Amino acid sequence: MSEAQSVPPSDTEFEDGIVEERLRRLWARRRGFWGALAAVDHKVIGRRYIATAFVFLGLGGLLALAMRLQLAAPEARFIDADRYNQIFTMHGTTMMFLFAVPVMEAMAVYLVPLMVGTRNIAFPRLNAFSYWTYVLGGILLWVAFALDVGPDVGWFAYVPLAGPEFSPGKRADIWAQMITFTEIAALSVAVGIVVTVFKQRAPGMTLDRIPLFVWAMLVMAFLVIMAMPAIMLASTTLILDRLVETQFYNPAEGGDSLLWQHLFWFFGHPEVYIIFLPAVGMVSTILPTFCGRPVFGYLALVMAMIATGVLSFGLWVHHMFTVGLPRLGESFFTASSMSIAIPAGIQIFCWLATLWDGRPRFQTPLLFIIGFIITFVMGGLTGVMVASVPLDTQVHDSYFVIAHFHYVLIGGAVFPLLGAIYYWFPKFTGRMMSERAGKWAFGLIFVGFHMTFFPMHMLGLMGMPRRVYTYQPEMPWGNINLFVSLSSLILASGFLLFFIDVVRSYRRGEEAGDNPWGASTLEWAIASPPPPYNFRRIPVVESREPLWDCGETLPVASGLRLDRRELIVTSVVQGLPEAREASPQECIWPFWAALATAFLLIWSIFSPWAVVWGSIPAAAALIAWFWPKGTPEDEG
Amino acid sequence: MKRWLLLSLPLLILAGCQSSQSALETHGPSARHLGDLIWLFSGVATVIWLLVVLVMLVALARLPKHAAEGRAERDARMKPVVIAAVIATAVIVTGLTVASYFTTRAIGEPREAVLDITVRGQQWWWQFLYSDPGAGGFETANELHVPVGKPVRLRLESPDVIHSFWVPSLAGKMDLIPGRTNVLTIRADRPGVYRGQCAEFCGIQHGHMSLFVIAEPVEKYEAWAALQRSAAAVPDDADALAGRTVFLSKPCAACHTVRGTEAKGKTGPDLTHVGGRGTIAAGTLDNTRGGMAAWIADPQTVKPGNNMPLVTLAPEELRQISAYMESLK
Repeated sequence: MSEAQSVPPSDTEFEDGIVEERLRRLWARRRGFWGALAAVDHKVIGRRYIATAFVFLGLGGLLALAMRLQLAAPEARFIDADRYNQIFTMHGTTMMFLFAVPVMEAMAVYLVPLMVGTRNIAFPRLNAFSYWTYVLGGILLWVAFALDVGPDVGWFAYVPLAGPEFSPGKRADIWAQMITFTEIAALSVAVGIVVTVFKQRAPGMTLDRIPLFVWAMLVMAFLVIMAMPAIMLASTTLILDRLVETQFYNPAEGGDSLLWQHLFWFFGHPEVYIIFLPAVGMVSTILPTFCGRPVFGYLALVMAMIATGVLSFGLWVHHMFTVGLPRLGESFFTASSMSIAIPAGIQIFCWLATLWDGRPRFQTPLLFIIGFIITFVMGGLTGVMVASVPLDTQVHDSYFVIAHFHYVLIGGAVFPLLGAIYYWFPKFTGRMMSERAGKWAFGLIFVGFHMTFFPMHMLGLMGMPRRVYTYQPEMPWGNINLFVSLSSLILASGFLLFFIDVVRSYRRGEEAGDNPWGASTLEWAIASPPPPYNFRRIPVVESREPLWDCGETLPVASGLRLDRRELIVTSVVQGLPEAREASPQECIWPFWAALATAFLLIWSIFSPWAVVWGSIPAAAALIAWFWPKGTPEDEG
Repeated sequence: MKRWLLLSLPLLILAGCQSSQSALETHGPSARHLGDLIWLFSGVATVIWLLVVLVMLVALARLPKHAAEGRAERDARMKPVVIAAVIATAVIVTGLTVASYFTTRAIGEPREAVLDITVRGQQWWWQFLYSDPGAGGFETANELHVPVGKPVRLRLESPDVIHSFWVPSLAGKMDLIPGRTNVLTIRADRPGVYRGQCAEFCGIQHGHMSLFVIAEPVEKYEAWAALQRSAAAVPDDADALAGRTVFLSKPCAACHTVRGTEAKGKTGPDLTHVGGRGTIAAGTLDNTRGGMAAWIADPQTVKPGNNMPLVTLAPEELRQISAYMESLK
């Protein structure tokens, strides 16, 4: 009798209403300031992450406008050389490290647990730690910029220019240390995503039923895990060269200035796909919804994403085609760089086939996908051009390359991202964004983008190098530059409209309902915005498009406890239930740990002793974080 | 009349601008091969892009009739088309890879060159060291004279940070990397001035680091080289002579060399024949007496952050020193 009483309450015994009530209490978020700092809900962290990343997008965009102001006329003196060099470095660094990569991870943090049908991301506290580290790194960079010690050595900080001899002062250290923050943040999220996808999928979600968005995020997370160590090594050795006079990059002392480029681009090229693959996932998920049919070539798309991920590690040298390579190396890296066009082609053709057979609904998310295809294909084709070693010797480090990578990054990643925001905004907030404003925003951004960036191809071929703070009046570039600068205002107005629409819709948008687009994936099976526990009962997946194939009611699994936060662990391949696993409660220690880490990292810009003394508070915070607290979640 | 003048102004400016810095205006074999490759790739890319956009527009516009057959059958019908497109992609990128390979081969290994010049990129100017075992070497800055039609081998080095030598009308770019020597062979087909610019970000004045390749007929080049080999003449003009004294007594000589005087500084450009150059400060100012005076009077305003310090001079001294610089033909 006493044994029966000790059995914890399970959701099998209760009706839906009671289960919901108990889950609501169990998963309730803590209120107030300290409660906000202690949040571990992937949706709360994800939303903050996305919002913060978009703030950095806005800041990076303002820097771009400042550069366009300075370049609107030859030998202009709106911005001096020193400030301009900080601005372009900040623009690149902000966009790559504080916007593009984090925003893609943030979308994964919010959506992956919903799409695989679980209640929280794996390692939610690590996830919270990641967010705080990221924010603190961003603040470090921008405060430094405001104090006129912003980095001025370019977002790839080539040595020896970024080394101790040619960049005295703390500017390059700020850059290198900001990289450390984002490395930690990115790795922390990536492991959470991998484990969530591998072990927390809803029962029945076999590998070939995983939504393509989730596949994309899985490949992205693996790229992060494998690429980040290279940049970690690079930034750490740079800091060592600067702080304690090691000579990794000093050729006069047996170091090598090219070593930096190899390490940086071994990370830097996969980085491009860390940004692009999530966009592939978004397109592959949004397109079926607006075409009213599953995506064509699911398996081919998965394989293409994996192939892209693998290949992305074999072509870093194409950023270094002008350093003087051996002939065989040239041919190898030309071939490997071009070969990535094949998986990219597979993706494009599968999407075209989906469109061909579908009945498109022309709503804002689809418009961004159409804009994406038009723009990204161009960026991909100029990518084939820069992949050719001889051709690249003319366009490398010129405005042609600026045009190319903005086509790929804005066209290839930001367009799908904006489409994704329009698409998932109702899930995030429970409200729709405005279709009318969305169409205008798309139009302005699409037209403004092409008017801004297409002429840059010409500028590059006409010999204008990148990263120059001005150019001479006798060069034939003035008119094109003025045109580009004016066009950038159109692009900026489109983004402004988008931001206004986001704020307005968040306050007063139309109520969305659970599944406003009639989509097929699991996140649309629950309320908008989702309750803290996501799913009242964990769904059981029987097909690739669960909501299209099961009608209104999904089959569910039960047997989870109602006295502690719990979710189901399943097998990697088959998605068979294996165990019930506790999911952690709110905890303030990830915040303190991030703060202590930031303290250590920032102090170490000034003194190597920071690594010794600064590790004490960091260790203390980690010990407090992992100390068993006797909650039900701590049970085995 | 006035209107006519206004209309022709752009033409006049174009005519005045003899130097070209465009990858599409090619004046040497290397740039010509690269130009052909650029057009080939651009053409192929344009065709592919148009095809993709066309297919997409048709896909968006058409109304598929689904009644007759199931999705599986429709997908099965699309499958061969998609596979064919993927194969076509593979064939095209293979073709373009082969085209690249042949372009590299056509540009070729550095052949026997008639002239070896060491190019040292420095923050933020170009140093050219002409070595000629027979006649003796000499040094100049920012203007690279070469004989027309002859292959010239450039040995690219850097004493400070990474720079990149890019004269688009003649050849693709090549980096100058501390601790390494890269070799680039250039050849100009016809006489002319070909502008180039540093293409790798190298610090605060990366934007003002231009150079000019001046290709001349062999006799003219030889005459120029002979003049460069000679030491600086003592000026006969009184102002210039006074300027010489000022130059040698002020800190100028600590950084600059004027061969034939005690000025043997190695930090800045060799000024032995600076009066013969078209521009100063790596293409920043025209080399007129006024331009030179403006530069010496306040180098940090003209080119902020560059390594030339402000040397306080009386107005008279400034005038004299500018005259001296002008006399160093």
